[in-house]
Amino acid sequence: MLITRKAEFCASHVCAQARLTSDENHKLYGAAANASGHGHNYVLEVTLEGEPDPVSGMIFDLSRLKEIIHSKVVDAMDHRFLNYEVAPFDKIVPTAENVAAEIWKRLEPSFRDSRARLRNVRLYETDDLYVDYDGGRP
Amino acid sequence: MTRLTRRYRFAASHRLQSPQFSEDENRALYGKCNNPYGHGHNYVLEVSVQGAIDQQSGQIVNLMALDQLVNEYVLRDFEHRNLNSDVPEFQKLVPTSENMLRVIEQRLRSRWPAEWPRLESIRLRETARNSFELQAT
Repeated sequence: MLITRKAEFCASHVCAQARLTSDENHKLYGAAANASGHGHNYVLEVTLEGEPDPVSGMIFDLSRLKEIIHSKVVDAMDHRFLNYEVAPFDKIVPTAENVAAEIWKRLEPSFRDSRARLRNVRLYETDDLYVDYDGGRP
Repeated sequence: MTRLTRRYRFAASHRLQSPQFSEDENRALYGKCNNPYGHGHNYVLEVSVQGAIDQQSGQIVNLMALDQLVNEYVLRDFEHRNLNSDVPEFQKLVPTSENMLRVIEQRLRSRWPAEWPRLESIRLRETARNSFELQAT
């Protein structure tokens, strides 16, 4: 059984590689390469997989899940400039793909000892663009 | 697995009418979608691409290149068109959402650059209550 919890955070970023010129970055990332940055209302969907506990009827305590999402991800990324304030985006480009993978990395350890395991992270950068990451399973 | 999904929109009209059925049969089968003058929808098309994240760009696929491909080979021909009369594939094929998915997949596949990660699936939302999905082969 799957359960999905949604959270939101607002952040700014620049998509550009230090080794490329401004023109090259604009060619690759379009308007997202603007050096001063721009922002999004990111929407995060965290999906857990597991069987409900026979007594509580829950796969995972939802209020605990909310706490984990906030303490590991939202508190660190909300109202931040990702490139300057959130590692590892001082070193890698904060594309939706890389932000989704980083969120997985931050969340996954919290579910290692529970009945539920992390199944998927979906990150909407806008209504019209989202990325699914499942930890890189083949 | 990392999968990126991009959403596109187009508005188009169509009429569901199959030459293999009589007028009555068409009306019975397609209901109000068989209205002789046609009708339209605000379609939402989702294109999902699956692959590894390129270490340098941080991307699975270049978004502007993907947008360009979808615009050039799908949206340009579908946007504000009458599908039955303006899109060649639907001269003989009923423009149901199912058939539209097949046509869109074929159009994308035939122009899909060999070096790109794979086209994983496409979804077409005809109305807020109808959506169709095709796992690309």
